[in-house]
Amino acid sequence: MTLVSVTQSVNLVALLPALIVAGTALLVLVADLFWAPAQRWLSVPLSLAGVVVALVSAFALARATPRATFCLSPGACSYVEDRFAVAFQVIVLASTVVVLLLGRHELADSRLPAGEYHFLLLASVVGALTMASSRDLLSLLVSLEVVSLPAFVLVGLRRDDARSAEAALKFFLISVIATAVTLMGMSLVYGVTGSLQLDQVATALSDPATRQPVTSAAIVLTLAGFAFKVSAVPFHAWVPDTYQGAPVPVAAFLSVVSKTAGFAGLVLLLMVGFRPYADVWGPVLAVLAVLTMTAGNLVALRQRHAVRLLAWSSVAQAGYILVPLGVAASGYGRTNALGAAESALLVYLAIYAAMNLGAFACVIAVGRRSPGQLLGDYRGLASRQPLLAVVLAFFLAALAGLPPAVAGLFAKLTVFRAVIDGHLPWLAAVMAVNTVIALYYYATWAFALFGPTTLEPAAARTVPSFVTGAIAVTATVTVVLSVYPEWVLRAADLATRAH
Amino acid sequence: MSWQQVFLVGLLVLPALGAVLALALPRQAVKVGVATSGLTLVDIGVLLFAWLGAKTGTYGWFAFAPIKPGGKLQGLVYGGGGCPALVKTGPQFVSNTDIGRLCYGGEFRVDAPWLHSIGVRFHLAITGISLPLLVLSALLVFLCLVYTVSHPPAGGRLPALVALVLLLEVGMMGTFLAADLIVFFVFFEVVLVPMYFLIGIWGGSDRKQYAATKFILYTLLGSAFMLLGFLGIGLGHGSFDFSALSGNGLSHRTQDLIFLSLLVAFGIKTPMWPLHTWLPDAHTEAPTIGSVLLAGVLLKMGTYGLIVIALPALPLAAHDFAPYLGVLAVIGIVYGSLVCLAQRSLKRLIAFSSVGHMGFVLLGISTLTTTGINGALIGNVAHGLITGLLFFLVGSLKDRYHTDVIDEIGGGAQAKLPYLGGLLGFTAIASLGLPGLAGFWGEMLALLGAYHPAAGLNRGLYLGLMTAGGIGAVLTAAYLLWMLLRVNQGVVPPQWRAVRLPDVSLVELVVWTPLVVLTLAIGVYPRIVLGISAAAVSALTGGSP
Repeated sequence: MTLVSVTQSVNLVALLPALIVAGTALLVLVADLFWAPAQRWLSVPLSLAGVVVALVSAFALARATPRATFCLSPGACSYVEDRFAVAFQVIVLASTVVVLLLGRHELADSRLPAGEYHFLLLASVVGALTMASSRDLLSLLVSLEVVSLPAFVLVGLRRDDARSAEAALKFFLISVIATAVTLMGMSLVYGVTGSLQLDQVATALSDPATRQPVTSAAIVLTLAGFAFKVSAVPFHAWVPDTYQGAPVPVAAFLSVVSKTAGFAGLVLLLMVGFRPYADVWGPVLAVLAVLTMTAGNLVALRQRHAVRLLAWSSVAQAGYILVPLGVAASGYGRTNALGAAESALLVYLAIYAAMNLGAFACVIAVGRRSPGQLLGDYRGLASRQPLLAVVLAFFLAALAGLPPAVAGLFAKLTVFRAVIDGHLPWLAAVMAVNTVIALYYYATWAFALFGPTTLEPAAARTVPSFVTGAIAVTATVTVVLSVYPEWVLRAADLATRAH
Repeated sequence: MSWQQVFLVGLLVLPALGAVLALALPRQAVKVGVATSGLTLVDIGVLLFAWLGAKTGTYGWFAFAPIKPGGKLQGLVYGGGGCPALVKTGPQFVSNTDIGRLCYGGEFRVDAPWLHSIGVRFHLAITGISLPLLVLSALLVFLCLVYTVSHPPAGGRLPALVALVLLLEVGMMGTFLAADLIVFFVFFEVVLVPMYFLIGIWGGSDRKQYAATKFILYTLLGSAFMLLGFLGIGLGHGSFDFSALSGNGLSHRTQDLIFLSLLVAFGIKTPMWPLHTWLPDAHTEAPTIGSVLLAGVLLKMGTYGLIVIALPALPLAAHDFAPYLGVLAVIGIVYGSLVCLAQRSLKRLIAFSSVGHMGFVLLGISTLTTTGINGALIGNVAHGLITGLLFFLVGSLKDRYHTDVIDEIGGGAQAKLPYLGGLLGFTAIASLGLPGLAGFWGEMLALLGAYHPAAGLNRGLYLGLMTAGGIGAVLTAAYLLWMLLRVNQGVVPPQWRAVRLPDVSLVELVVWTPLVVLTLAIGVYPRIVLGISAAAVSALTGGSP
């Protein structure tokens, strides 16, 4: 047994994005105490500024060589800020910018406490940021909890709303169970390998002596908490109620930022820690992906509520994002098969973030007029707010993978390519069928926008400027990625090559 | 960028610009639509003549050597200046590695990088196979928009309609121009959305929503299969480019699987029996111009894809599946005509007649011969002209009678509306394939191809198919003549005697004249189409007659 030095030097630069966001969170909380009610909205620009600075720092770190900190020994570090981590952090931070824009008017309308809201939101973002950089099991678990705990409160923030409270409770209970299972799995992994460091876990697992049922069980159990975060079947049941009960910007946050964090953790666990067991988790993930996309799409067919539909659609999309992980294993051993899978996952995730946030932004814009959020309220939107209708239809087409929103198609193409590279034609077939099912509900919704209206024309409420900003940002990103998706493909390649 | 490239990109940019302008200037929307689609037509016209000029002395309208099946070929330059000139020396005039490849070189193309990391390029090109269809599409869109001047369909806002039709044109032009699988897929899909809205918003009855949904679900299902097939081809060949399409790199079994998936994809679009059931509903509900474009252009995209993608990329599988394709095609022909005999509504009758006519096109393809595929191409063009015209005529009849049920019209249309009735008679006769009119060549060449199918195909079976197809042609004549008998002939029924019905208007005359003239011209002088396509088809089939 070697003695580990008790004091260690911490490389604060590596922590910069997370530190900036954490600092902003505290600043917002404190500043809110000194602001008059009329000034409370200032926490939006303050948070935005913090997140944008963090985004810049993340980009700056991507250009530098990877930095590591919290090291047990020179090679065994718990926190690594490499391009892979930065890629996830950029998605998280950019999505947070949009979520913050979406919150501005929702806060005023629902009389939510602005200071707490932003503090909790940013705290959760800190968890998402550290998740991508974590390189040991405990850090991953702590990050997972840091993402989740503020989110429970955020979901239940509308204190006078029973639905909100129910949503929070359901979210909390399922999360606790999933995390407990994960913790159980991690302790088993530690028992088998004697280490918490992902690299060392991988080294230990490549030893054939560890090939016991308990190891496989440990691995599958560990995945539970992350499957919960990405809303994979069977940990998806919380999604519709939680999204519907939560303030809509929080639902958008859960569907993108929190999900991105889950995928970051999942990729790190599978691709780094459990890499030698790809033959075990590969098929599990493939089946999980199939179940998730099929369940999501089939249930989405029957939805009449816009947010619930987006909730189920986000479950289905998570299924597509899981696909590269499922097929990576069957290509295991070939050069860079895992890297290609990671790259496909990142591409899909980035494009998904833009198009899904865009759809949520449009839903929030419509919700100001018809808070019921029934799909019927969307009928004839084109005759009231033509531009909004066109943009929403564009995002729905992107989610469906249809031109003219080519970005969504390319996201699906990269995943399809991963499947075919992995020689799993049945998975490609299932995905194709799922894509068709999904087309139905996206298309009928998009169609309703241009149909005859059932509402009598009331004085049109204008879309608030912050929401317009969010729509403009997401639409621009989606359009740019439709015309030239090469950028995100190349960025993802760079991010996964370094890893 | 050369001027040809500017014109080529213009085929996509002009209608797209028109769509935006139509929405921006809602009062002038129809004028904007007519102007931009007219410019697009001029654009493709210029390209057509430039293309023909580049072919002088080899193929094209200006060459004198008659093209007949198995005829001696003097020389072969296809695709334009940059493509290799292959000189025929014997019966096998192209080396084996080049058999089944189309040339996408030359000045009539645009090739820009798009998605480097998955090997997709923004590659557009004009070939002898796509050119007739490009001209047909541009012409029909233009005529449809002119027709809209006096017959605006009810149901939605006019500027939106014009914008959608122009968007449709972008998709159609892009589909026929595409020289990359993914580009093809993108434009193929772009077509669906406007057509969905055309049926769903401007449709005829309360069943329009159902018809639109059925249309979109069927075609999207086909798209999923198409995407799968394309991915298989692209990853097998290491490139999505059309010029790389060849049998190399894909095992026989893989080819079969991919072909099957493409057959479903393109079969739905064509439509091939038994995947045709979306078509009658879509046609019945669609507004007149929607039906015209659906029959005139959209159906062609399926057979076009089969010819330029499935055949060259999957030669072994094409050989395996050709007999099945032939059988399905003939079932389509016979089934289509039998169902037509039982139709009460004119629009539905013409919709089902498309199943039969496209059956001849598929039969031509299934022979895998130069004759058969040329027949398929000219059949495509002829069907676009004739059926497009038929839908216009039925639409106009419906405007007057406010019904398209044959019994309610009750006969006497010829007496009541001499010009409209006369045109209906002419077009129906063209549709049944009377020699001297455009419809004849497609059927004749398809049947001729079936008489001598490609080497290796079961000739006995094809002789059977030819016979059945011939019977189908007779049945086609039967239902069309019977329709004429019930609509055109006889005395004007009492309920219509007192009603004043206007005959052909000026706008209708302007719209229909080009279609009538082309039907006649192609009927008399089929080289208008075959002269353009023959070289490319010979390249595709390796010169087998």
